[in-house]
Amino acid sequence: MKPLLITVSLLSLMTAASFAQSDPPVEQPMATDSTMVASTPSITPPAPVSSLEAKDSPDDHGHSITLSWEPSADDGAGAATVTSYVIYHSTSPEGPFDSVGSAISGATTFTHSSAKESDAAGFLADYVDRYYRIDAVTADQTIRTPSSVVGPVQSSGQWYNDGRTPVAVAVAFFGLLSLFFLKRAKAGADLYVRPLGGIEAVDEAIGRATEMGKPILYVLGLGTASDISTIASFTILGRVAKRVAEYQTHLIVPCYDPIVMAVAQETVKAAYMDAGRPDDYKEDMVYFLTNSQFGYVGAVNGIMLRQLPATNVYMGKFYAESLLLAETGALAGSIQISGTDEVAQIPFFVVACDYTLIGEELYAASAYLGREPLLLGSLKAQDYAKAAVIICALLGALALNIAAASNATWGLTFKEFFKVTN
Amino acid sequence: MDFETFLWTTFGAFCTLAIFSFLYKDNPFYKFAEHLMVGTATGYFSVLLWHNSLYPNLFAKLADGNWYMLWLNSSAPWYLIPGLLGLLMWTRFSKQYSWMSRWPMALYIGISAGLAIPLEMSNRVNKQLYAMMSDISWGNFFGSGLFDPISGLSQVIILVGAIAALAYFFFSKAHTGAFGGLAKFGIWILMIGFGASFGYTVMARISLFIERVQFLNRSWIQVAFDSSNTNHHSGYIIAFLVVAMAILAYIVREIVAHLKKSENIS
Repeated sequence: MKPLLITVSLLSLMTAASFAQSDPPVEQPMATDSTMVASTPSITPPAPVSSLEAKDSPDDHGHSITLSWEPSADDGAGAATVTSYVIYHSTSPEGPFDSVGSAISGATTFTHSSAKESDAAGFLADYVDRYYRIDAVTADQTIRTPSSVVGPVQSSGQWYNDGRTPVAVAVAFFGLLSLFFLKRAKAGADLYVRPLGGIEAVDEAIGRATEMGKPILYVLGLGTASDISTIASFTILGRVAKRVAEYQTHLIVPCYDPIVMAVAQETVKAAYMDAGRPDDYKEDMVYFLTNSQFGYVGAVNGIMLRQLPATNVYMGKFYAESLLLAETGALAGSIQISGTDEVAQIPFFVVACDYTLIGEELYAASAYLGREPLLLGSLKAQDYAKAAVIICALLGALALNIAAASNATWGLTFKEFFKVTN
Repeated sequence: MDFETFLWTTFGAFCTLAIFSFLYKDNPFYKFAEHLMVGTATGYFSVLLWHNSLYPNLFAKLADGNWYMLWLNSSAPWYLIPGLLGLLMWTRFSKQYSWMSRWPMALYIGISAGLAIPLEMSNRVNKQLYAMMSDISWGNFFGSGLFDPISGLSQVIILVGAIAALAYFFFSKAHTGAFGGLAKFGIWILMIGFGASFGYTVMARISLFIERVQFLNRSWIQVAFDSSNTNHHSGYIIAFLVVAMAILAYIVREIVAHLKKSENIS
């Protein structure tokens, strides 16, 4: 892939250079299509753009060509001030050339990613020879000077995105940490996890529901099964369901998403089997309500007031419905335990619930409850990753400020190592 | 306003008031609005799923094949694989084969987690870390330019606040001593942020409430009871009917309660 890219890039550069060096722009016989120069002899045309280059856009999935150029000498000044650039494209060096976009004066780059030449998927087709030309245009749009034609250039996708190297490093670092602590946890090392108030209250709340003979309502939120908070919530649901099965209390899990419902049913079923009470499991404990946000809220609010659960557990991804649910639960007199990683919704849970797991505590809760080596190892790895983040942030800030004080740029270089692009 | 539009607007106003009646307590009007919304939303979702997902992503791709060939002769037969995985979800209705529904679920969650990991790492770790490394504007404190300690201070607060908040989310160490103090400062920072977010969101909710009140006032009351409107009599009729229904509901409820009480005594 790389040699091909380099070859294409070199070819583009060579072609661009040969065109740039050859003819003075105004004298070029470029009038091959109808959109070409409509020159007015009495006015001097503006200078064309120079050093025009067309390259396959780097670090992408293909379907994109990036053009770069040096602005016209009359960009913002000169006898005929250039106010914009019009970009033309063709699949043949002879044309016809079609306009694929424009750029305002001062611009030096343009990305051609989709246009009339798009393929069936709506993208610019890859591996097709393309040629480009840019016209420097004055304010009245009638006087324009074309650049030389550059090409051929082809778009193609890259297997590796250089701009995401910091993410790869971070994932690899975290993965290694996780493996290290997983090994330690499996070897029986005593890995300390500080107590989490909200989770310690779960057992107490289930006990209360048993004493009162009332059900426990577990709300998984509006997330899909692919959301990390929903996945964490499944683990907590498993633990809650196991306790519910042991205490022979009733569990209600109304779901917003059909896939979440299916996974939740499996989770609860497995928990009942773990508790040694598979016969107590009923399919209708976990059911689908609706896929409408406020329809779901209305229905869950109704359940709260009609079935009067002793405990409401909200764990997962929540949006605007968080306060509506938690406020109704508080009115119904239920003990409420919540947890979400949606920063905007945490305040509502904090004011309306008895216990709230804030952000990452939700993920930690599943490890704290399960005490499984895999989850504990991952939790420990998270802590060490956080320590690494703190150290990097301090080092970065220190480097930037020391370097800035001595007018050096190495601080910025250090910071750029962490930059993610694309 | 024609009579049909007037009727639907009135129905919208009725549903709005029915939902608001929940503020008093659970009641038949709220139950009606709740069930109506859940039912219509579920029906709407099913149709949407067909038009936006199933048809364009599966059936349209296989459309050039023949059903009696099981679409294997279509130009894109590989679309049968996700179709088959989707069908496996239906095995949930069978006790014997329901285990097969775990395959598509496992695939779905596995792919989702795989996609989420680099995305979360990029957005929640790398980009945040990059933003935390800031060049504190010492110049503003010590010399050249305008004296602007606030902008310099805000950069310090961001850095220290982020580190303290991270310390709060440290689960491997008990929050005691100096570390406990840092974690406590972290939770204070978080609470200040939550407070600001709370106020902001409450304002947004108030604006939603205002919009509903405006709907009731401008789109319904002003039209229903405006004498220049040809349908203004309908407004009075509907208002009368609503009051009459409320009184009737109250009387029925009292009679039922009385009958139940009599049964208990006997």
